[in-house]
Amino acid sequence: MSELKSNIPEGPLADKWTNHKNNIRLVNPANKRLIDVIVVGTGLAGGSAAATLAELGYNVKAFCFQDSPRRAHSIAAQGGINAAKNYQGDGDSVYRLFYDTIKGGDYRSREANVYRLAEVSANIIDQCVAQGVPFAREYGGLLDNRSFGGVQVSRTFYAKGQTGQQLLLGAYSAMSRQIGRGKIKMYNRHEMLDIVKIDGKARGIIARDLITGEIERHSAHAVVIATGGYGNVFFLSTNAMGSNVTAAWKVHKRGAHFANPCFTQIHPTCIPVSGDHQSKLTLMSESLRNDGRIWVPGKKEDAEAIRNGKLKPTDIKEEDRDYYLERRYPAFGNLVPRDVASRAAKERCDAGYGVNKTGEAVYLDFSSAIMRYGKEKAITEGLGNISESKIKELGKKVVEAKYGNLFQMYEKIVDQNPYETPMMIYPAVHYTMGGLWVDYNLMTTIPGCYAAGEANFSDHGANRLGASALMQGLADGYFVLPYTIGDYLADDIRTGPISTDLPEFEQVENEVKDRLNKLINNKGTHTVDYFHKKLGKIMWDKVGMARNERGLKEAIEEIKALRKEFWENVLVPGDLNEFNPELEKAGRVADFMELGELMALDALERNESCGGHFREESQSEEGEAMRKDDIYAYVSSWEFNGDASGFSLHKENLNFENVELKTRSYK
Amino acid sequence: MNLTLKIWRQKNTTSQGKMVEYKVNNISEDMSFLEMMDILNEELIVKGDDPIAFDHDCREGICGMCSLYINGEAHGPDRGITTCQLHMRKFKDGDTIYIEPWRAKAFPVIKDLVVDRTSFERIMASGGFISVNTSGNTQDANNIPIPKDDADEAFDAATCIGCGACVATCKNSSAMLFVSAKVSQLALLPQGKLERERRVLNMVDQMDKEGFGNCTNTGACEVECPKGISLSNIARMNREYLRASLVKKD
Ligand SMILES: Cc1cc2nc3c(=O)[nH]c(=O)nc-3n(C[C@H](O)[C@H](O)[C@H](O)COP(=O)(O)OP(=O)(O)OC[C@H]3O[C@@H](n4cnc5c(N)ncnc54)[C@H](O)[C@@H]3O)c2cc1C
Ligand code: SF4
Ligand code: FES
Repeated sequence: MSELKSNIPEGPLADKWTNHKNNIRLVNPANKRLIDVIVVGTGLAGGSAAATLAELGYNVKAFCFQDSPRRAHSIAAQGGINAAKNYQGDGDSVYRLFYDTIKGGDYRSREANVYRLAEVSANIIDQCVAQGVPFAREYGGLLDNRSFGGVQVSRTFYAKGQTGQQLLLGAYSAMSRQIGRGKIKMYNRHEMLDIVKIDGKARGIIARDLITGEIERHSAHAVVIATGGYGNVFFLSTNAMGSNVTAAWKVHKRGAHFANPCFTQIHPTCIPVSGDHQSKLTLMSESLRNDGRIWVPGKKEDAEAIRNGKLKPTDIKEEDRDYYLERRYPAFGNLVPRDVASRAAKERCDAGYGVNKTGEAVYLDFSSAIMRYGKEKAITEGLGNISESKIKELGKKVVEAKYGNLFQMYEKIVDQNPYETPMMIYPAVHYTMGGLWVDYNLMTTIPGCYAAGEANFSDHGANRLGASALMQGLADGYFVLPYTIGDYLADDIRTGPISTDLPEFEQVENEVKDRLNKLINNKGTHTVDYFHKKLGKIMWDKVGMARNERGLKEAIEEIKALRKEFWENVLVPGDLNEFNPELEKAGRVADFMELGELMALDALERNESCGGHFREESQSEEGEAMRKDDIYAYVSSWEFNGDASGFSLHKENLNFENVELKTRSYK
Repeated sequence: MNLTLKIWRQKNTTSQGKMVEYKVNNISEDMSFLEMMDILNEELIVKGDDPIAFDHDCREGICGMCSLYINGEAHGPDRGITTCQLHMRKFKDGDTIYIEPWRAKAFPVIKDLVVDRTSFERIMASGGFISVNTSGNTQDANNIPIPKDDADEAFDAATCIGCGACVATCKNSSAMLFVSAKVSQLALLPQGKLERERRVLNMVDQMDKEGFGNCTNTGACEVECPKGISLSNIARMNREYLRASLVKKD
C-alpha cells in the first residue's frame, strides 16, 4: 500500500531548503483562518509548532496530558542546545554541524534533513533570546558556549543545568500569548487515544478528558504528533513517568510507518540503580564529561574491595586507576559520543571492574578539574603561592558555578558529596532515535498527519549527539513544519470545518471505548506496574546495550507471552468516568507491549552494529562496533498489517552524496 | 522502616474529603517519597481498594507536577526540593506522616491529592510573555549584549517551576511569588522592558480575578519555594506595578 517517498528537494545540498521554501505552496492569511490544526504534545516540538502555527493564523487545538504545557518532558533537559553560530571562532559552521551530526548518527540519517537542521540552528538561538530565554553569558554580555560529546568545537548554548526548562518556558510563553488571543485552544489533562482518518487523510483525534474520563472527538484539517520518545518501554529510563508511545503507536496502527524502532540511546552518565523500588533513573548531564574524568580501578582486587566497602575511591592511587576512555580513545577521551561511552562502561563492569554494591557503576571524578580551576583562579586573582586546600576551595567554587544544581541533585539522591568523592554513574535508557517515519516535509505516510520532535525518526540516525534533541524539536516546530504544512493545507482552503458526526469518528470512538472497557472490566490479579517491570526487564536484558540473534528471538516470544498474560490478568482499579491514573498507565503499557516486539524485530533484522544499536555478531577484534554499509545503509520503515499478520519492512535507501562513509573512529 | 500515613481522600471536586489512615512497612531509606507512595498504591490495588491519586511526572524536581503538603509543609521537610526529590531517609521508623493536597481557593481539588492549577495558566496567558513572533526573523542573538549579572538574575527568577507551593504555604493563598518571578525575569531583560507596564498590570489583574489572596509579607513562600525564588522579586513587582500605574495615568 503506502510507498515511501522522501520528497527530498532537488539541487545542491546547501540550496535544497531555500529552494523548497520558494517553491512550495502557501496559504494566504485570510484562508488560514478557515483551517484547523491539531497539535498533540506541547513539549519543545509541539509547543513551538502550536505557537507558530497560531501566529500564522491557523486555528490550533493543542493537547497534553499534564496540567500545563510547561510540564512536558522537555522541561527536564539539562545540558544545552547546539547551534552553528561560531561565536567562539573555533571553526564551526553549518557544514561542520551537519557533518558531525551525520557522523555522530553513524551514517544512518538523511543528508538533506540533517543539513536543514544545521542551517536553521542559528536562528533558534536568535529566536529564543528575543523571547527572553536567559542563556548563560560571559562578563562582556555575550552568549557563552560549552562543548558536548562527540564534537571538537564549542557550540552548545546553555542556561546552567536547566536549558530544557528555559527553552520550554520560552515556547510556553509564546503559546500563552496565542492562548490569550484565542488562537490556540489548549486542552490540558487530555490524552489522545486514536487518530481518525477520512478518505485516507488525517482529520481528527479521539481524546480522553483525564479529569472526567469523557471520550471526546476533535476534528481538524491536519494532525501533528509531537508526543516525544518511547524510552519508557524499558520501564526504567531517564524519561518522565508519563512519557509514552501511545499517540505515535495508534497512528502507526492506522497506517503510518514506524522507522528504526530499535535505535535507542543509552546515556552513559546516569545515577546507578539502587534497588527494586526504583521508579525511574536520573540523568547527570553529559556536560559533566567536560570536566569529569571517568575511571574504574585498574586492579580487580581494588574494585572488589570497593564493592565490599573495604576501600574508598579516594584510597586508590592515581597509577592504580584506569581512565579507560582516555586510554582507549585518546583523541576524544571522556568526550566520546554516548553510545561509545556507554558500551565502554558496560565492558569494564562486565569484566569485573564495576564499583558500587551491584558492580554496575563507574566513577566520574572532578578532583582534577577542581584543582585545575583552582590554580587558574589563583593566578587570575593574583593570589601567588597559596595552599592546596585554598586552591581546592577556589576550584570548588568554579565547579559549583558551572554544575551546582547537578551536584545538589546527585547529593539529594545518593546522599554523597560529589565535591569530595567521585560520582558513581552507569548507562541508562535516555532517548529514542527511532519514531514515526516522515518525509522531508515531516509528513508521515498518512496524508495530513505530521510528526515532530523526538516522536519522529528524522535527524539523528543511529545515535543522537548531545544537545541536538532540543535543537531538532525547536527546528521542527518553529521553522520547518510551519512552512511545509502549508503546502498540504493549500488544498483545504475550501473544505470547511470537518464534522465530528461522520461515521469514521463514531467507529474509532467505539473502538477506543471498547478497549478501555476491556481494561477496566478485566479485574485480573496483577497491577499494571507488575507487567511494565517485566517488559522492561526483557527489553533491557535482550534488546538493550548489546543484542544478539538468540536473545532477540527469545525476546519476541517472551513479549508475546507477556502481552497475552497482560490482557488476561491485568488489574485496573476504579472507573472509566473519573480521574484514573492507573487506567492511563494501563493503556500506555498495553501499547509498549506491542512496540517492544517491533523493536526486537527491527534489531533482529539489522545484523550490523551502528550507533546505539550493537549486534554482538558484528564487532571487531577490539570489540568496536562494525557497520555494514553495503547491506544496511537504509532506514527500516515498518508497516503494520493488522494484528494477525504483524509488520512488514520497507527500506528507504540512504544516499550519501556529500559525505564519505567512514568508520566512525574517536581514537 | 514502618510508617503510619494519614492521607486526604476526596473522590472529586464536589464531594467532601477526609483523612484516612494507612500503614506501610519495610520502607527503605533510599526510596523517594513518591516511591513509597507507589508501594502503598500497589498494595491498595491488589487489595481491591482505590489507589491514591497524586500528581507527578519528571520525578527530578523540574516539571512542577508533584504537589504534596507533608506534615504541614509544602513539599515536606527539607529545603530547596520538590516532593519527588524528598527521600525517606528524612523520616524515622514509626513516624506518622500527614499528607494533604495544596489548599487554596484558586486550586480546587480534583481528586485526593491532585489539584487544579489552571489559574496559573490564565495568569500566564494574560501577559507572561514577550510579544515577539516566532518567525526567526529577529536580530542576531549577540546584538543585544546583556550584563552577566542581569542575565543571571533573570535566570534565577526564571527557574520557577510553577508548582504552587508558595500559594499553598501562604496563609492568604497569595500567588505573588509565582507572578513576580515571571514579571521580574522579563523586566530584567532589555527585550522584555518594552512592554513591562502592560505585562505587570495584566498579570496582577488576572491574579486578583482568580481569587488569590493579598501578600502581607510574611515571607513563608520564599522558605518553602523549592527553587529558592527570592522575595526580592515581589519587591521588584511592586515597584513595577507602581511605576506602571503612574505611567498609565499620564
Ligand atoms: C533527563 C533528560 C535530559 C535531556 N537533556 C537534553 C539536553 O541537554 N539537550 C538536548 O538536546 N536534549 C536533551 N534531552 C532530550 C530532549 O529533552 C527530548 O528529546 C526533547 O525534549 C523531546 O521533546 P518533544 O517536544 O519531542 O517531546 P516531549 O517534551 O516529551 O513532549 C511530549 C508532549 O506530548 C504530550 N503527550 C504525550 N502523549 C500524549 C498523548 N497520548 N496525548 C496527549 N498528549 C500527549 C505530553 O503531554 C508532552 O506535552 C534530554 C532528555 C532527558 C530525559
Ligand atoms: S515561586 Fe517557587 S513555590 Fe511558587 S510556583 Fe514558583 S517554584 Fe513553586
Ligand atoms: S514530579 Fe516533576 S517536580 Fe516533582
